[in-house]
Amino acid sequence: MASNPYFSLAVLFVAALGFGLAPLGLAKLWGMVFSPPKPNAIKNSIYECGLESKGDAWMQFRSAYYLYAIIFLIFDVEAVFLLPFAVAFTGLGVAACVSMLVFVLLLIEGLAWAWAKGVLTWA
Amino acid sequence: MEEGLKIELGKQGVFVTTIEELYNWGRRSSIWPMQFGLACCAIEMIATTMARYDLARFGAEVFRPSPRQADLMIISGTVTKKMAPQVVRLYNQMAEPKYVIAMGACAISGGPFKQGYNVLKGIDRYIPVDVHIPGCPPRPEALIQAFMTLQKKIDGQNLTGEGRPRHLDAEAQGEFPVPVQGEHDLEPSSNRLVWPLPMKTGIRD
Repeated sequence: MASNPYFSLAVLFVAALGFGLAPLGLAKLWGMVFSPPKPNAIKNSIYECGLESKGDAWMQFRSAYYLYAIIFLIFDVEAVFLLPFAVAFTGLGVAACVSMLVFVLLLIEGLAWAWAKGVLTWA
Repeated sequence: MEEGLKIELGKQGVFVTTIEELYNWGRRSSIWPMQFGLACCAIEMIATTMARYDLARFGAEVFRPSPRQADLMIISGTVTKKMAPQVVRLYNQMAEPKYVIAMGACAISGGPFKQGYNVLKGIDRYIPVDVHIPGCPPRPEALIQAFMTLQKKIDGQNLTGEGRPRHLDAEAQGEFPVPVQGEHDLEPSSNRLVWPLPMKTGIRD
């Protein structure tokens, strides 16, 4: 076993594990001896606040918000790319302009698709 | 460890201590108050933390916005009956060991508003108060005095036996009932465990 070339790695792995876990264990031990918890229903409540939380945290959001986020992303990404393009516009060649046009058309296609699907109409 | 032997050893460059001393030193040197102001006393509390009075000297400048990280609740102002349940609830949410300073006349007795129908006549009716400071409002020096009194109190606590802090006493009550708004008053009107002897003053409360 000791002749295995990976033996030293295994020893180091165990040492590293101990190095990480020992302080956690000691902290837990210290906590158990010197600061034992006194839990109660109010202390264990999910949200610490003077007022009781109302309702459930597992509420449902309308999926329409997700579509709005996606469409927002279209314009957001477009702006990120368009700005440097516009700044360097005078020094750019035809190829750069065409590729930018293709990019913008792709995004417009996405928008047109969403529009056709009726996403922009709030239901 | 005898005090004389400790001093003799100290002269030889040998410093001895006990777990209890270290533990209490740690507790009293890092009392983190809760960021929680109720009324005008809170302004004095804020002044105490600022550069002129510098509460950081006592290791207590770290005001925590969450009761789960706080050790000390400074009741800084008038506790209305509408606010009292929230105060008690926040106190319940603080982790042990926890302390309370009742700052100012209102917090300890209702103060100038004692006759008011909506004012709680002292927060010590619901939660155990460690230090009371009189004053309306108390000056920052008074709050610092309260801190030093609290530190002395912590320093004097034994880890075992009688008078040990509540969190080391498995039997001790850790939850303090939150009063609810009744028809005419908070119900119950006080927690008998922390306020066993109501003073008969003749003033209706």
